[in-house]
Amino acid sequence: MTTNLGPPALSATAVRKAYGDHEVLSGIDLDIPPGSVFALLGPNGAGKTTMVHILSTLIRADSGDIQVAGHDAARAPDAIRAAIGVTGQFSAVDGFLTGEENLLLMADLHHLPRRERRQRATDLLARFDLVDAARKPAATYSGGMRRRLDLAMTLVGRPRVIFLDEPTTGLDPRSRRTMWDTIRRLVTDEGVTIFLTTQYLDEADHLADRIAVLHQGTIVAQGTAQELKRHVGGGHITLRFADARDHDHAARTLNVTSRNDEALTLQVASRGDIRSLRALLDRLDRASLTVEELQIHTPDLDDVFFALTGDPTAEQEPVR
Amino acid sequence: MSTGTHAFTDSMTMLRRQLRHMLRYPTLTLTAAGVPVVFLLLFVYVLGGVLGSGLGGPSGGRDTYVNYVVPGVILMTAATAAQGTAISVALDMTEGIVARFRTMAIARVSVLTGHVLGSLAQTLLSMTIVTGVALLVGFEPTADFGEWLGVIGVLVLIVLAITWLSVALAIMAKNVAAASNMLTPLMILPMMGSGFVPTDSMPAGLQWFADYQPFTPFIETLRGLLMGTPIGNNALLAIGWCALIALGGYLWAKKLYNREPTR
Repeated sequence: MTTNLGPPALSATAVRKAYGDHEVLSGIDLDIPPGSVFALLGPNGAGKTTMVHILSTLIRADSGDIQVAGHDAARAPDAIRAAIGVTGQFSAVDGFLTGEENLLLMADLHHLPRRERRQRATDLLARFDLVDAARKPAATYSGGMRRRLDLAMTLVGRPRVIFLDEPTTGLDPRSRRTMWDTIRRLVTDEGVTIFLTTQYLDEADHLADRIAVLHQGTIVAQGTAQELKRHVGGGHITLRFADARDHDHAARTLNVTSRNDEALTLQVASRGDIRSLRALLDRLDRASLTVEELQIHTPDLDDVFFALTGDPTAEQEPVR
Repeated sequence: MSTGTHAFTDSMTMLRRQLRHMLRYPTLTLTAAGVPVVFLLLFVYVLGGVLGSGLGGPSGGRDTYVNYVVPGVILMTAATAAQGTAISVALDMTEGIVARFRTMAIARVSVLTGHVLGSLAQTLLSMTIVTGVALLVGFEPTADFGEWLGVIGVLVLIVLAITWLSVALAIMAKNVAAASNMLTPLMILPMMGSGFVPTDSMPAGLQWFADYQPFTPFIETLRGLLMGTPIGNNALLAIGWCALIALGGYLWAKKLYNREPTR
């Protein structure tokens, strides 16, 4: 990660938005340095899409201050629009047009010179592996191809800040990997700033330099993946026993944090390092206890997420 | 950069998009022409013999009726085409592509202008098809070159007016089915005017409505230009109605489009 001393690519201060009585965002502060990937993580209905809509000038915040690429959202939305690219949650391609025509449409709307527009379309088709499908209507594309075309269209105007609203939702694992690689390359090769929303913790972990966890309209934690993981402290070891007698004996011998009498499992706090693991195994040996299975659990973003939101079952997003 | 400077180029880009849709899916144009053609054939061959005699005139019968009914059928094409416009606008509004356009530094109204100009081209094409069929079934216009230009001018005005109105209605409708239904009454209006029979043959209440609704001056102006019947103040009324409907539709559509998308 590079340290940038320039102004942030995107900053938000005390952003609020309500629909009627329902407050969707209640005071969001963000500060994103240029050339970095920022992930807004949260369950459905947390307000992620609303935040993207506000930052990308699609809707206005009720209050708060927003600067994107050095421009103020309230005073100069068009200057922001000229500097950003948005790939939304729902496909934003023209299904009646071919992939190539979609890209040329974008080139025209960005007022690219005649020669450059065709070059740009050809480059992007090659880069997103759409050359074979270039002359077919986008309506016939698979989900992964549509998403690639969608992102390619966003890139036609060489945006400096790119918003990706759940870029891999609904994609198969392979398309998802491809999308991740593409996103990372955008940052390393072109130095753009990426603001992405996701409900997948591994996606944020994999892509983002910084992560903010959004829950019920407020940011409950913010930092690098490592910093967030430190929030929840150490991990644990799960032991499963073959019979109830051993299970019970071990529960009394060891310093357990929780036990499950039906599954015959015990949890022991541990950082998962060799020394503490060896000590644990020695104690089990001395007591002649037979362990059927042992699992080391190091803290991941899931733990962070559940620890912060305390709500493992994601709420349903209201129907539009 | 201001969006005003690009309003024209952006509108032309959007127009190209619509024309491309139209060329790729010619069924849309053919459907818009199909319904009026069916009505034309029904009215001329099934009802035309009797209705034509009721009109009086030199020869009477079917031949007289063809010449009477064609202006109404041409305007019915404007109504069926408007339904197609409404469907394509509503489809656009429900797709992500419009959200993309909204986050780009382009003249906002150009999305709508593109639709309107594309529909204008499509409707005029459908009208040409309908007129072609009319000529085949015995339509004999008396118009000279200048009057034909007048016909085209009046039709452009009428189509622009109806299209801007249908664009506004389509944005308001929020989904494709509702947008399509909203335009159905427009198809009935040529019938409840002087399109298919003279208004003085109607009962008093209906006649009052028929005389004062915009389609009657539209039809009478068109009929006058095509067949040489007296136009009177109908041309002025038609232009007035067009200006009013077009401006109202434009401002309404623009307002609805610029309105913040709500959840």
